[in-house]
Amino acid sequence: MAHIFEAAGMATIVLGSIRKQIESTAPPRGLMCDFPLGRPLGKPNDPAFQHRVLDQAFKLLAATEQVLEEFPEAIEDEGSEMLACPLPPRSNADLHPALDEVRGLRPAYDRALEQYGNRAATGRVISADQIEEAMSAFIRVTDGVPWKEAGIPGIPSRVAQDIRGFYELAALGLSDHVPAAWSGTRWYFNSTEGGKLVLAARAAMRDAGESQPIWFYMAPGDQ
Amino acid sequence: MADNDIKSMTEGMEAPVLDTVAFSSPPELGKATVAVVTSASLHHPDQDDFAPQDVGFRVLEGNRRDYQMGHWSPNFDTIGFASDMNTVIPLDRLDELVLEGKVGKLSDVHLSYAGNQFDLSAVQMDSGPAGAKLLREKGVDVVILTPV
Repeated sequence: MAHIFEAAGMATIVLGSIRKQIESTAPPRGLMCDFPLGRPLGKPNDPAFQHRVLDQAFKLLAATEQVLEEFPEAIEDEGSEMLACPLPPRSNADLHPALDEVRGLRPAYDRALEQYGNRAATGRVISADQIEEAMSAFIRVTDGVPWKEAGIPGIPSRVAQDIRGFYELAALGLSDHVPAAWSGTRWYFNSTEGGKLVLAARAAMRDAGESQPIWFYMAPGDQ
Repeated sequence: MADNDIKSMTEGMEAPVLDTVAFSSPPELGKATVAVVTSASLHHPDQDDFAPQDVGFRVLEGNRRDYQMGHWSPNFDTIGFASDMNTVIPLDRLDELVLEGKVGKLSDVHLSYAGNQFDLSAVQMDSGPAGAKLLREKGVDVVILTPV
């Protein structure tokens, strides 16, 4: 993209977080920022840090030939930090644990929605009000119903993104700080009934021999 | 699940090989107009969401803040953007630099593409040049490209 925009007469600065990728794409001006994926400016709600990134990036405009520099501060993710987030106690033993959990998390979701807005939560295909319906469909998949007959209200991966978004926004509503990168995602998949349900449905679709793109993108690729 | 595991899945993707590297010289930053182009699949709520293999772009209005992420890839952290849009599209920071006089002007519009594309030819030949033309016609001198 940078090459295209440069060819049109604009100077570009590429921020990149995957070293081999920014090296192989060789942008005219690149700033390698060793930050977690999804956070190209490094730290949310840290204007001073974000300004340091931008200041370093703008310095590259002085270059007279192709340049690749590295931002001096790295943000490491070792895969071990997990959000410590309280989950609601069971309130209805007759409900599937995941459905009971979603109802318990709804106030936190609504609180965070009010505070942060809906930037990456729900609404791709389902609203927050439809999360239970979607999870009920995934429960049927884990019970052996073929995914096309289970009533999933959209493409499974997209529905799964809305469920993950619901949980991660609820996590913001339950936390007094912005979680470290990936720690909310790890909390969702490892600690919550909803995350475990989506992983179980994904595994059931895989084991049933369904096409890989249908189930694979329901969770990050290393899951 | 660790960030490096995810990065290692994509770091070997083949990159286009270019014969020449285009290189433009910008005006002084204090007199330049700056825009952001992101591959984070951002869009306004009233715009079409991105399709799975959407090679097009959305025009983001700089005076709005209702950006939503329509990316199809699950392979990045989204809580950072959910809590602070500047983690991906740093318009508040750029506004501050304009007020300080370090940046001349912030573009009225910014662009968003979907970075999870495997067939890049349509972006290279069509939507990429179309987006560049649009920004150039808006008087943009400097583009910051942000991924997710």
